[in-house]
Amino acid sequence: MTTVAKKFIMALSGLALVGFVITHLLGNLTLYSHTDEPFNAYAFKLHSFGSLLLVAEVGLVAIFLTHIVYGLTAKKTSLSARPKGYRVWRSKGGETPSNISSRNMAISGSILLAFVLLHVWQFRFGPAIEAGYVTTMHGEQARDLHRLIVETFKNPAWVAVYVAAMLFLGLHLRHGFWSAFQSAGLTRHNTTVKLRIFGGLLAAALTVGFLFIPVYIYFAF
Amino acid sequence: MMTLNLEIWRQKNSQDSGRFATYQLSGITPDMSFLEMLDLLNEQLIKKGEAPVEFDSDCREGICGSCGLVINGQAHGKEMATTTCELYMRHFQDGDTIVIEPWRAKAFPVLRDLCVDRTAFDRIIAAGGYTSAKSGPHPDGNAILISKPVADSAMESATCIGCGACVAACPNASASLFTAAKISQLAVLPQGQVERGRRVFRMVRQMDAEGFGNCTNIGECRAACPKEISIDNIATMKREYAAALLRGDES
Repeated sequence: MTTVAKKFIMALSGLALVGFVITHLLGNLTLYSHTDEPFNAYAFKLHSFGSLLLVAEVGLVAIFLTHIVYGLTAKKTSLSARPKGYRVWRSKGGETPSNISSRNMAISGSILLAFVLLHVWQFRFGPAIEAGYVTTMHGEQARDLHRLIVETFKNPAWVAVYVAAMLFLGLHLRHGFWSAFQSAGLTRHNTTVKLRIFGGLLAAALTVGFLFIPVYIYFAF
Repeated sequence: MMTLNLEIWRQKNSQDSGRFATYQLSGITPDMSFLEMLDLLNEQLIKKGEAPVEFDSDCREGICGSCGLVINGQAHGKEMATTTCELYMRHFQDGDTIVIEPWRAKAFPVLRDLCVDRTAFDRIIAAGGYTSAKSGPHPDGNAILISKPVADSAMESATCIGCGACVAACPNASASLFTAAKISQLAVLPQGQVERGRRVFRMVRQMDAEGFGNCTNIGECRAACPKEISIDNIATMKREYAAALLRGDES
């Protein structure tokens, strides 16, 4: 497979992940509530899909893995493309998307991977009904995920970890969003700058939206 | 008159591991070009019986694409839209230290000192950067109509002089801007239609085979390009590739 084809896969999986992140935030907005009811109801609703949810989860893992594997192999190719580096290297700047975000996608991506593993381990596979995190939904027993979240974010160290991770999400998406369109050949002269601006705003909105959840919970509960 | 400290990459041949050598050079005037400054250094080295610093140059007026040095970490130096031969010493201050390195990429092995082998670019061109034309008399000038915007777009891409600064400046050592410019130039013109699909497949495959890196849309290539070729060309290359895939063109 050529580097161009690999970047198509990176772009499409990346955009799919952006879609997931947007959906994830929309659901998580229920955490900006002074009660546990909206969020637990949202989680309950998701789990009521049963095997459909499992299919979605497996699909999501597949998209994540694709993006990670192709990203790392692309990085490996690029590292081997310059076996001996420069003693001095300086950005020439200008009207280009060269910035801290675009030049460190592998680093921000790796940090996000570590974060996702931690996050899934903490909440998806964290203590559930059996461990006493239980509430009642429509007369049924349901997992009290909200309590687990509140307990986690009463610890300022976890708040700091999540806030830092979301800053890296913003850094990754600032370049990643428009770059996906460019890699897929979907940009034109007059759309490039607009896409870059929109990508920056989207990254900022997602970062801010996620970042204040742990902060809000720390102070509100 | 200026005096400069030069830290120059010296390497005897492609097998040599190379090292930086330091030279103090005085008698530099602000209206010398960067290459004339190196000529001055070489005259002194030759008089002392030392090997001169090898570098490529030809036209020395910014159109041939032969010259190219990484000057203080920037391909062709800090000035925008400039080749090394058109960089003037007035952009430097008396007493400055200047680090001069060759283009660094696996696909551009150093031959000696600051000279690198850029035949990888020639092989990318040979793989598909041509058009099939009937032999015989020239066609009539107005027989093939090309609109002004198309002609401008092709011309903008065609201004690439193949100097390799895009590869040198790219943090991934990718040759995407060069390859994309050559593909775009022919893709928009009627003469380029016959090989349109197979051209993009073959040139991209050759680009990969040479060992260049992946394009991650950083844009340092555009900043370093002495002809200011836009990264829109790279999007065009991607689009051409996707279209060829969808059409099922022969590769």
